[in-house]
Amino acid sequence: MRTRAEANRQRWAILGFAVAILVLSFLVLKSTYYQLVLTQVLLWAVLSLGWNLLSGYSGYFSFGHAAFWGLGAYTVALGMLYLDLTPWISIPFAALVGAVAGAIIGYPTFRLRGHYFALAMLAYPLATLYVFQWLGYQELALPMKREAPLLYMQFEDQRLYVVLALGLLVAALLISLNVENSRFGMALLAIKQNEPAAEAAGINTWRWKMLALMLSGAISAIAGGLYGVVLLVVTPEAVFGMLVSAQALILALFGGVGSLWGPVIGAMLLVPLAEGLNAELGDVLPGIQGVVYGIAIIMIILWAPEGVYWRVLDRFSRRAPAASAPETAAAPVAANVAPLPRVPAPLGADLLVLRDIGISFGGLRALDGIDLAVPEGGLYGIIGPNGAGKTTLFNVINGFLAPDRGAITFSGEPITGLRPNQVCRRGIGRTFQVVRAFSRMTVLENVIVGAFVGARDDATARQMALAALDRVGLSAQSEAIAGGLTTRELRLMELARALVPHPRLMLLDETLAGLAHDDLDGILTVIRQLRADGITVVIIEHTMQAMVKLVDHFTVLDHGRLIASGQPDDVVRDASVIEAYLGKKWVDRVAVPAK
Amino acid sequence: MGIGERSGIPHLTPALSASRGGEGVARPVAKSVVSSPCFAYRRAGRSERKVAVPFSSVDLLQALSAGLLVGSAYALMCIGLGIIFGSMNVINFAQGDFLMLGMYAAFYLTAGYGVLTFLGPYGGPIVAAFLAGPIVFAIGWVLHRFIVARVTGAGVAQIAGAGAYGQILVTLGISLILQNGGLILFGSTPVGIRTPLSRQSWEIGDVLLNQARVVSFLFAVALAGGMYLFLSHTRLGKGLRAAADNPQAAIYMGIDVDRAHRIAWSAGVGITAIAGGLVATSQTFQPYIGFDFVIVMYAGVVLGGLGSNFGAFWGGLVIGVVQQMSTLILPYQLQNTAIFVVFLLIIFLRPQGMFGRLSERT
Repeated sequence: MRTRAEANRQRWAILGFAVAILVLSFLVLKSTYYQLVLTQVLLWAVLSLGWNLLSGYSGYFSFGHAAFWGLGAYTVALGMLYLDLTPWISIPFAALVGAVAGAIIGYPTFRLRGHYFALAMLAYPLATLYVFQWLGYQELALPMKREAPLLYMQFEDQRLYVVLALGLLVAALLISLNVENSRFGMALLAIKQNEPAAEAAGINTWRWKMLALMLSGAISAIAGGLYGVVLLVVTPEAVFGMLVSAQALILALFGGVGSLWGPVIGAMLLVPLAEGLNAELGDVLPGIQGVVYGIAIIMIILWAPEGVYWRVLDRFSRRAPAASAPETAAAPVAANVAPLPRVPAPLGADLLVLRDIGISFGGLRALDGIDLAVPEGGLYGIIGPNGAGKTTLFNVINGFLAPDRGAITFSGEPITGLRPNQVCRRGIGRTFQVVRAFSRMTVLENVIVGAFVGARDDATARQMALAALDRVGLSAQSEAIAGGLTTRELRLMELARALVPHPRLMLLDETLAGLAHDDLDGILTVIRQLRADGITVVIIEHTMQAMVKLVDHFTVLDHGRLIASGQPDDVVRDASVIEAYLGKKWVDRVAVPAK
Repeated sequence: MGIGERSGIPHLTPALSASRGGEGVARPVAKSVVSSPCFAYRRAGRSERKVAVPFSSVDLLQALSAGLLVGSAYALMCIGLGIIFGSMNVINFAQGDFLMLGMYAAFYLTAGYGVLTFLGPYGGPIVAAFLAGPIVFAIGWVLHRFIVARVTGAGVAQIAGAGAYGQILVTLGISLILQNGGLILFGSTPVGIRTPLSRQSWEIGDVLLNQARVVSFLFAVALAGGMYLFLSHTRLGKGLRAAADNPQAAIYMGIDVDRAHRIAWSAGVGITAIAGGLVATSQTFQPYIGFDFVIVMYAGVVLGGLGSNFGAFWGGLVIGVVQQMSTLILPYQLQNTAIFVVFLLIIFLRPQGMFGRLSERT
């Protein structure tokens, strides 16, 4: 998230860019042909920005943005041919068509991730292409309206198209900037870097992804609509073809994916290059222009794998390498967290209740008839050997998995089958066995993502995040990039992220694993502090030592079954627990386990 | 004309260079970007029907068998793509263009330069198709060594998105170079490999089976089976699968991931090229033919589900059958739309594909 001053600088940059384009168009370029090329540059930049809004920020790559572009172009063309509709009306209407198409496409397709999403997106424009061919719209020529050219956007002066396209581009840039600077953009970035973590932090990933695709579709369709007006002819191949989809992502990837200016840079460099090559070489030896274009793309991308923008930025080194920050502060962990004695606080009514929870993966019964009741204010430990089903249990509670049978209630209300972000909103936070950081964001930004659940506005979210960092003793590292933190700092950051919306229940998944002895005490202190603040804690571990000291109630899982439950000291003497951990022969020999 | 606008830059239509306004409307002569690779053949005499049923049972069998025969070639292509996609996790947009290279390699070995004419009109095209494999394998090897390896494999495992941005652009760039290089070298006139088999059919009951297709079906299935055995039973095959499953772990286990990738890439494009060589006996082609098949291939691979070459094979076969069967009830222009509809349905019902699995650790 940018600061306000940075955002303002970007607004000035957009204004400066617009003025430069106008100067170029009105004072420098003389021929109509160059004006037309410039119009194309601007329109492709809008399409690419639309693509970037979804794919650049959220990481969901679309290979099918031609669907929106084409629908926009056909909306305008069909509107003019059959309804005598002026582009002044049909182009804004195209935005609506694009948004609706985005919703229709997103609904099934967001079930997929990664490459599968990208490839599924290929299908939409191509399927539409065949449908339009079949409907007989092979080649729609926009009728000339000599009696009212202005009313139908048919300008004598090519520069007016430049102005219109520039207006669209400026609007697209401002929209992108606003997205970047809001929780919308932060949510998309969080989805890109770690979607399950975003979901568990209370981000409604589904909603933001759908919004991004709809907005992206609207922007792309608007650009496609104006493109149709400028070129006067619309054919299915030219607007739904794979080359359009490819162009959208080539320009953004080339210029710098996920950046405001990347798509613009890509369009400014590549579109004129392609155009020039075609004009200069195309007649000499057909095909040579494509070869040169291909070689140019490959050469530059080998030099700048993440795009020209990022490469140039690295050159001027405003963007330090990702792992620069961490070593700075090994600040005292719990300076502001007083170590507390173990107080068996008075326990309240049952906060979290599991009844007969069962889930199977194939033939494996990962959980089998689990009954559990966690009293409010308790510090509840779940242990068990590897593969006992501990993490699966958490995944069922927080909504990553739906149980095959059984019911979960939280504070008296059923939460079985809710999505993770809804579970988070009810007041259940969680951390992960393998820390799920948004590794390219700063520590503060990581925590802010968690704060969006409770915060009304972005400033409040920031305040809440700072407070949570202070609570776990990580304030000194708030500007460090998460990717460079130590294990202890990552665990604390994740704790802060789960803590920031003020949950009533925290699920901690092996928070103590992989920590050195010194680090352990710091984290234990924080956990006890949580309980002292009235937060109920359920913690998973597979080593007993730390747990015996920490918790006031123990439950032992083995092979998906609950084999013992009770006071820590009783449980560690339980025969079935010793058997699960050490094997049968130890049951007889060990009266009291080592620790 | 009709070539420039397919050079990878969609707006390069003649409309651009034509002056606007005055002489009316310039007409871009865009050929179909993805024309349907259609091989629907029904017997001419069978189309007169009496009842309301839109098609007869013979039509059904005919379409089914045509689908299986076509599908076997698709299946082989999908295996080639699946090896690359599966082991490198790279989306190779140039796969269709390697298919095109395979077609032209087979063409020049037979009709073009006639190197293989001594094998006769029956054996020549088949041998040529299989020789296309090693030729394209070598081209793929060189391209991987000097270009693709720079954006894939061990070197970029640490970069965000594992270098996916660079990979996409590089394969798109290779695709542009191969298509347009092909245009320069081979020309734009469609060519084909003629074999007497193309025009002969076996008759089983009332169903006609094109002999060229039956032969290519048998070879495709045999080659697919061979690949399956190779991947599951040889040391090299297992190494490829390990490198695919977890490149980092594979590196630690002493597997040279870059080498494994190079083999996977080259073998993948080589197998697809053989499929191209087989298909070349029953249709004409030009340097832009690759586009037509990229979609079919990816639909097949996603349909089958990542992770098993087995899945890619069945995915390809299903695509072929759906494509041919759809012509029974849908207008023939919509046969590829039918593919996409089935594709989306399966995605909707089983996001992991027919044979894939979904797993995620938290």
